[in-house]
Amino acid sequence: MAVTDQPAVQRHRRRARIFGWTWRETQGFLFVLPWLFGFAIFIAGPFFFSFFVSLTQWRFIGDLKWLGLENYVRLLSADDQRFVQAVYNTTYYVVFHVPGVLIISFIIAGLLNRKVRGIAIYRTCFYLPSITTGVATAVLWYWVLQPNGLLNNFINIFLAPFGARGPNWLGSTTWAMPGLIIMSFWTVGTTMIIFLAGFQGIPQHLYEAAEIDGAGWWGKVRNVTIPLMTPQIFLTSVIGVIGSFQVFTAALIITEGGPADATLFVLLHLYQIGFTAFNMGYASAIAWVLFLIILFFTIVQFISAKRWVYYEGVRA
Amino acid sequence: MQRLARISFQASDDSSTQRTLFAYVRTALGLTFGYSALLLVAVISLLPLVWMISTSLKAFGREFLFPPQWIPNPVVFGNYITAFETSNLARYFGNTLMIAVLATLGTVISSSLVAFGFARLEFFGKRVLFIILLSTLMLPGIVTLVPTFVLFKTLGWIDTPLPLIVPWWFGGGAFGGAFFVFLIRQFMLQLPRELDEAALVDGASYFRIYWRIMLPLSKPALAASAIFSFIHHWNDFLNPLIFLNSEEWRTLALYLRFFLYTEAGGGAGLTRWNLMMAASVVMLVPVLVIFFSAQRYFIRGVALTGIAGR
Repeated sequence: MAVTDQPAVQRHRRRARIFGWTWRETQGFLFVLPWLFGFAIFIAGPFFFSFFVSLTQWRFIGDLKWLGLENYVRLLSADDQRFVQAVYNTTYYVVFHVPGVLIISFIIAGLLNRKVRGIAIYRTCFYLPSITTGVATAVLWYWVLQPNGLLNNFINIFLAPFGARGPNWLGSTTWAMPGLIIMSFWTVGTTMIIFLAGFQGIPQHLYEAAEIDGAGWWGKVRNVTIPLMTPQIFLTSVIGVIGSFQVFTAALIITEGGPADATLFVLLHLYQIGFTAFNMGYASAIAWVLFLIILFFTIVQFISAKRWVYYEGVRA
Repeated sequence: MQRLARISFQASDDSSTQRTLFAYVRTALGLTFGYSALLLVAVISLLPLVWMISTSLKAFGREFLFPPQWIPNPVVFGNYITAFETSNLARYFGNTLMIAVLATLGTVISSSLVAFGFARLEFFGKRVLFIILLSTLMLPGIVTLVPTFVLFKTLGWIDTPLPLIVPWWFGGGAFGGAFFVFLIRQFMLQLPRELDEAALVDGASYFRIYWRIMLPLSKPALAASAIFSFIHHWNDFLNPLIFLNSEEWRTLALYLRFFLYTEAGGGAGLTRWNLMMAASVVMLVPVLVIFFSAQRYFIRGVALTGIAGR
């Protein structure tokens, strides 16, 4: 009987060791094994393989020709005018999309973060567009942005007194990109909910303290809300930059990069080269340059975070 | 302007304010401002969707009437029937549903296993592995696009739904899948450790603890993951575009694009906007149904990952 009285936990420790691991360690490893496999096959392997392919010329069918850095030289020496245009367009989009989404979500979350009646209904309404992202949204906005579409119907109300009319959004090299950016603001729901959760985590006594110190509305926003929201602002801007550099669906469906490459994004360019012309080597080089651009901005954000992100009152 | 905004921020805590006429006016102004701003945003959010539904019920040629006709006259429910009859819409719906369900099933099962490993067990290199897992979330999917295509082509999986399903059975090993491991792990970490320690003393194996204790308790996180995953796969466009070519496996997203492409190519006057919007509504309905029936989990999931990002 003495044996069974011994706690089971100790029995686990007595089990045979595999590669010097206890049974408990081995089990832990077994639990994460599916991920390790997936990581090796679908992420790590392809990651290194794509760098290798980017140093070659390879059209999938036929032989692989070693090029060294030639693909990169071609990209960076601005030999490929369309690539330069694509980088410019993508940066244009990111520069307006990311701050725009942050500001709009911040304001909407601020409006919601009060004792308003029916907050759940409003929150649902604001979040609804975000779950519809994808092709259906793109098709819908293709229709909204038509010269006589929904957006212009509203704009014309304000422009009519001046005898002006809303632009032909998708047909104009000037207005196609702003059109896509406006469309992207329609789906700010996720950021808004993250901000709202952040707002609700701010202790009320800080506002009371600020009020005693004579802070007005702006003083409270400036000195209490914004500093305490910096972790959320940081998180969403990092995710936003990574995601928006890879913007694709809207452009492929709505404009197909046009007119005259005005909305040609890097990923769209890559898609055309890699998956319609099957120029795998060059496409991989594009992917790596874009990856390095994204990495650069991510690192810059992380370094700058030390200066402006506060975690529970302490700077990061 | 600033003053007005301040009022609106204070409008609701009227219990302590002085009951003067001025205070009432201020409260009324603040409430009016706050609610009109909220109402405006709500209208902007909903209007395009309402317009989509309205257009899907309009007769051909009446989509662009000015001023906009919000309630179609006549209401043509037949557009939906036409949309299903003139194409294989039902088939595409089935394809998309199958892919989304199988991928989601794999995501929830495998991610929860991996999450349990990271949340509750100790093993060599756990910290490093978890950091690697998180860093894959930062890695732009674009870098692995070409090689994964090559991989699936070599396996003969192109033009089958396998590339869209199988990677998701590897617990966050697929691109962006680490998000689900992270979400479920964060949730599991909050659960009291006494539960599994008690079970361990009773002689339960770790798998049993995972299956019998942790999984049932993690239901909110699992539900949130399932919803996110389903909607992600339902709306996914880039992956089906690259991995599926033939009509046989076409998903709704691919079909809508194809439809727009062929219709818009026929000249603006010939584009059957009403049918296109009907097909778009068909694509939106399952997502809306899921969203409304499981909204609680959904919002909490977004908030959980946001806070967890600290």
